[in-house]
Amino acid sequence: MKPQAFDYARPDSAEETVAMLADAGEDARILAGGQSLMAVLNLRLAQPSVLIDISRVADLNTIRKDGDMLAIGAAATQGSVEWRAGLAREVPLLARAFPHISHFQIRNRGTVCGSIAHADPSAELPLCLLALGGEVVLRSRRGRRTVAAADFFQGMLMTARAADELVEEVRYPLAKPGVRYGFEEFSGRHGDFALCAAAAVVGSGGIRLAVGGVSDRPRAIDLGNLAGSELDAAINDFAWELGAKDDHHASAKFRRQLVRHLGRTAIDKAST
Amino acid sequence: MKTHRKNELARIELVLNGVKRSGTCEPRTLLSDFLRHELGATGTHVGCEHGVCGACTVRIDGVASRSCLSLAVQAEGRAIDTVEGLNNGAAKPGHDGLSDLQEAFRRNHALQCGFCTAGILMSCADYLARRPDPTEHEVREMLSGHLCRCTGYTNIVKAVLETAAERLGRPNGAALAPDEPGHAGVGPAEQALLPSA
Repeated sequence: MKPQAFDYARPDSAEETVAMLADAGEDARILAGGQSLMAVLNLRLAQPSVLIDISRVADLNTIRKDGDMLAIGAAATQGSVEWRAGLAREVPLLARAFPHISHFQIRNRGTVCGSIAHADPSAELPLCLLALGGEVVLRSRRGRRTVAAADFFQGMLMTARAADELVEEVRYPLAKPGVRYGFEEFSGRHGDFALCAAAAVVGSGGIRLAVGGVSDRPRAIDLGNLAGSELDAAINDFAWELGAKDDHHASAKFRRQLVRHLGRTAIDKAST
Repeated sequence: MKTHRKNELARIELVLNGVKRSGTCEPRTLLSDFLRHELGATGTHVGCEHGVCGACTVRIDGVASRSCLSLAVQAEGRAIDTVEGLNNGAAKPGHDGLSDLQEAFRRNHALQCGFCTAGILMSCADYLARRPDPTEHEVREMLSGHLCRCTGYTNIVKAVLETAAERLGRPNGAALAPDEPGHAGVGPAEQALLPSA
């Protein structure tokens, strides 16, 4: 299928982008990599009247270390982060999750911030951001604000972003000494949407487990220093809390079992 | 800032397979349709139009991408490579001007109806340039971005591994010519796929 007609604009700077967003309001969509948005437009699930293409905005195509964070700009592709030398040391969880994100042809073009803004509940990048306690930087003509991942994802494809705000940057915490990371995923075909994905962060502060693909948004739980059958019981409670539903991909029962299995495996296999 | 109004034709210039080309399109025109209908490059095939099947894969500035998930106006000034340009500079005498990758596909019967092949070749061309010596598992993972309903992928995997081995000058990757005995059976490349090898 083909998209409905729209105006197309290619701003030259982040400032110009937020000015356009403010003027166009809810009728506008930001086009970065387009790997989710173009599919949505082709299927006419969204029919914006203006597309603002930021893929060539140089001041948004940035990846930099900022304090104890890896800050990724709105135009930076997933591929450019994945192929970054040293990613496995900087943000090991991301390095483990990347191969599960669709296919390399999609990662070549898709952006990290685009996946965060799209907020698909089965997407790996929001899941990792939540597991690590990262942040989203939103910019509008009114100014900038920083939102914690836990507050950013609000429901199925719903976020804390206002219509005039650009997801300017997402910030993934860098690896901390003594902390170990694990990522597990199950999908019908490699690269397909996750039926369930689990990200584990294990350190002296305890175990943090985040799960995607089951609830309407990625969800995380702190499991303290539980071990053995107590840990299994806590993961089981979490599996029930997520409110899994039957659909034609999997039953709720199967999804709960995936949470138990992948959750425990991600914790057990967590390594630096 | 560059802007194009809806329903108005925009003039797009790009470099298609090394040659400067131009055409007109609406802002909503997909790159896949622009290549096929406006520039006549019908080697790029269109399947699902939402990024799943991979038939429309081309290289944009050297990088494998879905042309159905790109707008033609986004390709302005960029270098686009399609299957029509794959033979450039890699042709051997007496081989129809095909590239080594295409030759390996033909040798291994790595296509049946051929509809998905153009996209697969473009992905493989990009992938082998980045990862010249992939494992079978890596090749299969890369091919999971494409849907082929005819061959079951086995021969495609063989062709990709054989191309990699040939380029690295590895003797056991040397492909059998179509008329050599044993071609239809288990060739050296297939033996290399066995777990014990």
